Amino acid sequence: MSDSTLSSVRATEDQMLPGGWELIVGLEVHVELATRTKLFSGSPNRFGDEPNTNIDPVTLALPGALPVLNRQAVELAMRIGVALNCRIQPCIFHRKNYFYPDMPKAYQISQYDIPLNADGHLDLPSGVRIGVERAHLEEDTGKSTHVGGATGRIHGSDYSLIDFNRAGVSLVEIVSRPDIRTSEQAREYAAELRAIVAAIGASDAKMEEGSMRVDANVSVHKPGTPFGTRCEIKNVNSIRALGRAIDYEARRQIDVIESGGTIRQETRHWDDAEGRTHTLRVKEDADDYRYFPEPDLVPLDPGNDWIEAVRASLPPLPAARRAMLQELTGYDPQSEAVIVAVERGQHGYVKSIADAGGDPVRALIYVTQAFADAGENPTVPPADIAALTLLERDGKLSATQAKTILADIVANGGGDAAAIAAAKGFEAMDNSAVEAMVDEAIAADPDAWAKYCAGEEKAAGAIVGRVMKASKGKADGKVVSAIMQSRRG
Amino acid sequence: MANADNPRTEAPISEADVAKVARLARLDIDDAHVHQFTEQLAKVLAHFRDIDALDLSAVAPMTQPYPLVNVMREDVELPTLDTDEVLAAAPEAEERRFRVPPIIGLDD
Amino acid sequence: MATVPTTASAIAEAVASGRVTAREVLEQHLAAIDAREGEIHAFNLVTAEIARARADGIDADVRAGRPVGPLAGVPVAVKDNLCTRGVETTCSSQILRGWKPPYDATVITRLHGAGAVIVGKTNLDEFAMGSSTENSAFGATRNPLDTSRVPGGSSGGSAAAVAAGFSPVSLGSDTGGSIRQPAAMCGIVGVKPTYGTVSRFGLVAYASSLDQIGPFAVTVDDAALLTEVISGRDANDSTSIPAPPMSLRASVGAGVAGMRIGRVTDLPGGAEPEVEAALEAAFASLRAAGAEIVDVRLPSLSYALTAYYLIAPAEASSNLARFDGVRDGLRVGAADTNAMYGATRAAGFGDEVQRRIMLGTYALSAGYYDAYYGKALKVRRLIADDFARAYSEVDAILTPTSPVVAFRFGEKADDPMSMYLCDIYTIPTNLAGHPAMSVPFGTGAHGMPVGIQVLAPALGEQAMFRVGGALEASAGGAA
Ligand SMILES: [Mg+2]
Ligand SMILES: [Zn+2]
Repeated sequence: MSDSTLSSVRATEDQMLPGGWELIVGLEVHVELATRTKLFSGSPNRFGDEPNTNIDPVTLALPGALPVLNRQAVELAMRIGVALNCRIQPCIFHRKNYFYPDMPKAYQISQYDIPLNADGHLDLPSGVRIGVERAHLEEDTGKSTHVGGATGRIHGSDYSLIDFNRAGVSLVEIVSRPDIRTSEQAREYAAELRAIVAAIGASDAKMEEGSMRVDANVSVHKPGTPFGTRCEIKNVNSIRALGRAIDYEARRQIDVIESGGTIRQETRHWDDAEGRTHTLRVKEDADDYRYFPEPDLVPLDPGNDWIEAVRASLPPLPAARRAMLQELTGYDPQSEAVIVAVERGQHGYVKSIADAGGDPVRALIYVTQAFADAGENPTVPPADIAALTLLERDGKLSATQAKTILADIVANGGGDAAAIAAAKGFEAMDNSAVEAMVDEAIAADPDAWAKYCAGEEKAAGAIVGRVMKASKGKADGKVVSAIMQSRRG
Repeated sequence: MANADNPRTEAPISEADVAKVARLARLDIDDAHVHQFTEQLAKVLAHFRDIDALDLSAVAPMTQPYPLVNVMREDVELPTLDTDEVLAAAPEAEERRFRVPPIIGLDD
Repeated sequence: MATVPTTASAIAEAVASGRVTAREVLEQHLAAIDAREGEIHAFNLVTAEIARARADGIDADVRAGRPVGPLAGVPVAVKDNLCTRGVETTCSSQILRGWKPPYDATVITRLHGAGAVIVGKTNLDEFAMGSSTENSAFGATRNPLDTSRVPGGSSGGSAAAVAAGFSPVSLGSDTGGSIRQPAAMCGIVGVKPTYGTVSRFGLVAYASSLDQIGPFAVTVDDAALLTEVISGRDANDSTSIPAPPMSLRASVGAGVAGMRIGRVTDLPGGAEPEVEAALEAAFASLRAAGAEIVDVRLPSLSYALTAYYLIAPAEASSNLARFDGVRDGLRVGAADTNAMYGATRAAGFGDEVQRRIMLGTYALSAGYYDAYYGKALKVRRLIADDFARAYSEVDAILTPTSPVVAFRFGEKADDPMSMYLCDIYTIPTNLAGHPAMSVPFGTGAHGMPVGIQVLAPALGEQAMFRVGGALEASAGGAA
């Protein structure tokens, strides 16, 4: 949309592409809202149902059917608007007219010049601020399956089959400004956006199920000159693929320009297996959507009271959640454990374990290791986990023993860590017993020991393994390592 | 979109315009019809020049005849149509889906 | 057989009280249909068996003492662009031939709830695009008063059905005059209610921001009764005004004493002299009945035709895009989807529909939106503003319904512009969203009836029915 404007965002020296090229990327992200029913009708919004079961006169565009706006879809779209620091404004719906078999009315009800959410921004964890031009409400299309031909792809197929279950499902299309300068930033933006919409309950945002879809507008130019012609990359099905697609496309465009060619404005398809993009459709004047105000719907004016109520009901966003865990544990906000806990919404649970007197670092580690399927609010009493973290921290249990007890507690929905330890006969070994076992292990595998002493850290594994086996897991791995360090000198 | 001062030529619409619009509207019309429609639409569009003289710069477009706002429904499931009944009315169906000829010249 | 009354209200009373049965009422009307339908062609489909079953059900209710509605046993013909569950709904188009909706339009549900007996689906100009009912894929409807003439349109079948005595009342739809103009040409009463008072759910859309469903009747009182039954908020239509059904019948006989009635001094000319004379007679009769006639100006009215014939086709081009051969209706096979669309739509739509789709597509297309569609929306505002100024001084406005009486078949068919000019007096109220009705008043050229149009501000139906009632009361003497 803004490809002719000069963005104020400049690539840093190390972000520049070879040959002095600057990458310009804007992302269009569609997320399906977590509503029970569709945007304009009462058919269920459910992924994976039998084809053409979630259909009604509005979904199928039967003659005489009329759309009625889903209040919850508006509410969730407003949550996205607030989370992305947008201005939430009175707006209307437009019809975007085009013929396609999966679009039953031959127009999509969308928003055009006056979207619900406008002029926001998203701060990347790396610190860069990316502008959000708009986040508007619109309806999804049905799904086409292409039958016959060599590849099952659209080109060369014999015919297509249409399922309208997804037609009319609520979407929010989030359009970034062309402020993204590296494929890494694009990945960061998509990941952070996904984390945000999931955190606020607006969408499950699963790229693999298509409930979050990312299109990238990619161009290259020399700084100080107008933006280059952009290509829109579609069919990017994972965040990793997004980075690869942008890198490929930037290189392709630079190659074309440097060999004297020009870039056509077109839509290109990312082929993840081939690792390349190819032309899907050249933009031409046939692309005339004839937008006009949707006469079957009336204007939407959220008003201050509703906006403020939405703002007040919003939970802490991922950035705030990560900052909280950083403060609690000292871990970097971009560390794997912090990201995983926040993504699962279990940051609060980690905090409640710490609040129950537990060791915060171990609380974080335990939660990321043992609560993958427990949801945002695990049912295991935080105090039970807190007690376990203390036993390990104080050397009363080895890490291996603690892990065993943790599994036990999770499986039983709770439990007294000390009692379980006693029942299992777990007791911390005193250090002299461990020292003896280390010496025995060294004697049993002098080759490994020699390599270890020569600086080959990996060789330590064999020694540690022998000690663990001999101690039946009771030895504390950290104590074993410390003894080996001191023996090596 | 066009600028507001789009100049109107003597012939308000050409046969090429009509053929292009017919493509946009997915109407396969033959040359005789293109010719006939062009003459008729030109006459109608010529009549419409009466509004060219109006100064409408300060007038807000009226998109809704009655001023309603915020008409919404609750997010509650309503009955759906019967798949078999709907597919029985379809020109072609297969595997509980609507069947169409291959999609060419359109995107995914 | 007991004597069957002629008005809907009297039929409903007689049926409810058991003086006649709904079945007797129905059979008498089916006999009338049998006698003349071959000549008139008011219907695309007569649903005699469904109607008989429904009439018998109402009679059973009466015998059992169960409450019956205000239209108990009243035969009603409905325009074939209203969805009727399980009953073919074609819009008089090849593209929808054979389509049976899986649901009822809200007005159909309301009719059933009121005890009405739907006797069939009436003919129309294809997708309601026309002013003569000549543009039907299934043949034209003839004017019962002179079968060499058109009944008007697009709801010509519904108007002819009432004028021929096939049903005492009927439903049509009015986008630019499609109820009022055929009512005038067939010598009956036709009402277009305020936009948003009658649900459009189940009305196959022509132009969404202009379409409104309304009744035809022989009497103003019956038109009021039908409007009461079909009006009221519907959650399935976002543009439905949140108000209860209207109360109108009491207004019909309330008289016009003290009312201020507007005479438009700058009304676009071109009406036949007999039509002008009838309008003068109507003003005189209202003045005699105690109303004050006040001059008003509506300077933007002369642009209404242009605004309408840009807005309506633009919306239509989008509304009719769904007829693509994918899910239902006609499909003409082709090698790929785009070719299938083009072939299906060219074969399925008649010339006038194609013409309006192209006009509307053009008006919305890149490069032309601001010059055509965008401008038309602004003119629409000017017209609404003109009316608002006028209604600060008057309670209602009187104009002719149509500049001409019913014309002969083929007279205007080859010249779209001359056909469009038939709507010059009716379309301004559609643009403004206001109510309007046509009441027969006097006789024009060739002995054909003239209709006088009563306009009122949004939700001003009570004032409108007062004036309509007064015109009807004096029309007997005038005619
Ligand atoms: Mg887009
Ligand atoms: Zn979109």
